[in-house]
Amino acid sequence: MIHTFIGDLGHFFAVAAFITALFASFSYFKSTTSGLSSAQSWKINGRFFFLAHVIMIMGVVITLFYIIYNHYFEYHYAWNHSSRRLPAHYMISCFWEGQEGSFLLWMFWHAILGTILIFTNKFWESSIMTIFTLVQTFLASMILGVVIPGLELKIGSSPFLLLRDVIDAPIFQENPDFIPQDGTGLNPLLQNYWMVIHPPTLFLGFATTVIPFIYCIAGLWLKKYRDWVRPALPWALISGAVLGLGNQMGGYWAYETLNFGGYWNWDPVENAVYVPWLFLVAAIHVMITFRKSNTALKASIVLVITMFILIIYSTFLTRSGILGDSSVHSFTDLGLSGQLLVYLIVFIVLSIVLAYIRWKELPTTEKEVSTYSREFWIFIGAITLCLMGFQVLLPTSIPVYNSIVESFGGVSNVAPPTDQITFYTKFQFWFAVVIAFLSGTGQFFWWKKIGGKQLWNSLLPPIIISLLMTLILMEWLDVSTISYIVLLLAGVYTVVANSKILMMVLKSSPKLAGGAIAHIGVGLMLIGILFSAGYSEVVSLNNTGMLISRQLDEEFNRENLLLFLNEPKTMANYQIKYKGERLEPIDSDGLIHKNDVDKIDAYTVVANKDVFFEGHQLYNINDTIVVHGENVYYEVELKAGNGKVYNLYPRIQDNPTMGMAASPSIKRDLSRDLYAHVVSRLSREDVEWSKMKEFKISPRDTFFINDYVAKVDGLQRIFELDGVDLAEQDVAIKGYVTIEGEEQEYQANPVFLIKDGLVGRIPDEVEDLGLKVTLMNIFPDEDKFVIGTNTRQKDWIILKAMEKPFINVLWVGTVVLMFGFGVAVVRRYSEFKKMREKGIE
Amino acid sequence: MKKSHIIALLIIAVAVFIIITTVGDASTYVTFSEAREIALDGNENSIHVVGELVKSGNGQINGIVTSQDKLSFSFDMVDENDEVQHVYYNEPMPADFLRSEKVVVIGSYHDNVFVADKILLKCPSKYQETTVNAGV
Repeated sequence: MIHTFIGDLGHFFAVAAFITALFASFSYFKSTTSGLSSAQSWKINGRFFFLAHVIMIMGVVITLFYIIYNHYFEYHYAWNHSSRRLPAHYMISCFWEGQEGSFLLWMFWHAILGTILIFTNKFWESSIMTIFTLVQTFLASMILGVVIPGLELKIGSSPFLLLRDVIDAPIFQENPDFIPQDGTGLNPLLQNYWMVIHPPTLFLGFATTVIPFIYCIAGLWLKKYRDWVRPALPWALISGAVLGLGNQMGGYWAYETLNFGGYWNWDPVENAVYVPWLFLVAAIHVMITFRKSNTALKASIVLVITMFILIIYSTFLTRSGILGDSSVHSFTDLGLSGQLLVYLIVFIVLSIVLAYIRWKELPTTEKEVSTYSREFWIFIGAITLCLMGFQVLLPTSIPVYNSIVESFGGVSNVAPPTDQITFYTKFQFWFAVVIAFLSGTGQFFWWKKIGGKQLWNSLLPPIIISLLMTLILMEWLDVSTISYIVLLLAGVYTVVANSKILMMVLKSSPKLAGGAIAHIGVGLMLIGILFSAGYSEVVSLNNTGMLISRQLDEEFNRENLLLFLNEPKTMANYQIKYKGERLEPIDSDGLIHKNDVDKIDAYTVVANKDVFFEGHQLYNINDTIVVHGENVYYEVELKAGNGKVYNLYPRIQDNPTMGMAASPSIKRDLSRDLYAHVVSRLSREDVEWSKMKEFKISPRDTFFINDYVAKVDGLQRIFELDGVDLAEQDVAIKGYVTIEGEEQEYQANPVFLIKDGLVGRIPDEVEDLGLKVTLMNIFPDEDKFVIGTNTRQKDWIILKAMEKPFINVLWVGTVVLMFGFGVAVVRRYSEFKKMREKGIE
Repeated sequence: MKKSHIIALLIIAVAVFIIITTVGDASTYVTFSEAREIALDGNENSIHVVGELVKSGNGQINGIVTSQDKLSFSFDMVDENDEVQHVYYNEPMPADFLRSEKVVVIGSYHDNVFVADKILLKCPSKYQETTVNAGV
């Protein structure tokens, strides 16, 4: 039976969420603009509607989760994003696999943040909540799923649509109440713990960006030009931390799960977070400058507005389908592009008009900023960050450029640069160098007090230490490329100079340490990136120098290794051997040897002996085991010179939407990662078998199959055979064949069958050895029988392996940066709280 | 000239430089014959060509040659102008290559042979949610 009520309820919540957000916005607007007498009552109205809105949003979330959790596959969202096999903790991930759910996640965070804002603000509540709830209204419209009659205009895409209303399948004409037995499942690539925590973190980052923006707009609106910065700053810092962390988590997931060999790929979806984040960091810096010295107010306003508009622009890019071919993981078009464009344009126009009207009234300082002041250098740093963002924004927007030209009837065939890494690196690299030198130096300009001589005196020790350390690192790690030396010096200098500042600050006022800590983190990240990316080395080299074709006279280095099963090769001081396919059980850590189990269906196997993994027992014989059917692991053994053995388990996933997806296996050491993935493997579907060879033998005679010694231990009549109905007069005979492989003995059990007077033969394949044994004929009088053997190419994989030196420095740097942000948030929030308690805000 | 003016000029200079470089480095979607002309002009920049694998009537894919050691391969590809070109790729065949619906090759001509640096595939999703079967 179709559960229509729950979907109608969810849809009601979604519509109500939209309306309550709109009403809250209107009430808060009236509260901000009307006189003292009615302001209070409008504010109470606003609070009431916002509270109602929060309840409605929770209603939508709970309803949708209820549908997914109870497997109501009559709903498109559940059918499309979940399945019965999905473990409960991944059901949360279903939310963000679909676009509607990810909007919902965003609104969910907004609901929580809005509540916090109401509780923590007095003076600002009405004005900021007007804009906040307006943003929320736009977001709520994305999941509205309402068609305006007469205009045939669809607003929003509801997650509560029934499958039969979305998909036009013949089955629904026969039986409108048809409910699929199972859903199509969550993309297995997302079934990873990072994918449970990365999207919520990233969306919390996205959600928090609105807060500095609403304070800024409220400040312009209420002509509180100077005052908005104080409450906005702690939130901008939180946003910078969470957005940065969310982005890094995505990078870490990509490093562990995808096979492009890194944590950053300049994919438009990544850029869409990176660019606003750079502008946000720039905005934070000029806001701090303003708090210190009353300069750079205009810059703060411009940057905060730009940052938020870039967030909406990113939303548009990743969700309108405009990126199409140029990104692997952008959302598909749900027909929301028009709505997203309206959202973008409304906020661009609104903020620009408001800023324009107020521009002349903004307080400015006429005085030229001294080159010896901190403000001047922070400002230069902010500009560098913006240019850095601009350089990424431009090529990312090429698809937008193409569609604008095409919408005016033109033809545009511009494609993104072919070698993205080289293209972006040649700018981002030098920008990073500038940033590093600035963030090392900037902190030394205390106030405006410091003069030329004094400055040199305090800068000299860190400069000398950095030069020495760089020299040592260069010698030790063999850094000789000029540009890399420069970046190394810049990174080391940032760390050293800020460490000096940190020590000074810790003595006097530890609360102010955030900046220095964050900058140390940035320095470490740069050093980590330099080595892990710049000195990443392919170690699976195959220096045969083969010609790619006789028509070409160039030689190519081969970066891949072909490994046949159980045939060792050498690679980067290791002896490397491919040892076969492994399966992944759902309920235990460890992998199962494919030969130890018999397959029942794609997701279930039965153990045919006790199953061990790296020394400990996982299962007993005859246990039924549920496995991740999409995943196959390839055991690769590395033997070091000193006899130590490591196992790598790179994976290939037969992904329903993305095809064959390879995931690496990483051997982590303190100073470097060894990163290997399977590039290609023998495809079971199109193997070619050799012509059959026949042997007429007696029991225990040995014979050779592809150089392997084999013998038949005996024959036995059997009375049960899977999949065959044996009648009284039928005969089934099973052969027991032993084959000696390189590593172990294998058993093959071909069956010879006489059923209803007809002869049938069921061959048995030994996958590891690439051979098939058939019992062809039996001569009981002679005590002899005929064995037929076919062989194919042995199992092989092609492996690519890389070394990533000092990648841990990058991860450590990220954590340090986040800690620095945290310290700064605490400080700035306590400043705001002090003022609020004085009754000023 | 005030310091702020110098800074403004510098920003504009850098921004213009970024724009010019982006325009210069941007690739284009072209056909094989256009790609050949580009190469004849002595321009070695990589370009994108969009096309499909060449299939005979019964769906068999033609023209695939895999090297002895399986570490490189070449194939026939037909572009949007129906021109067929043999393309070389110095990497193993991507796992889903034979199933792909659309192929984008990024590379350039070397001595009349098209060498791909990168291949992007568009595969038909097995679960492209366009229909529901009673069995599912």
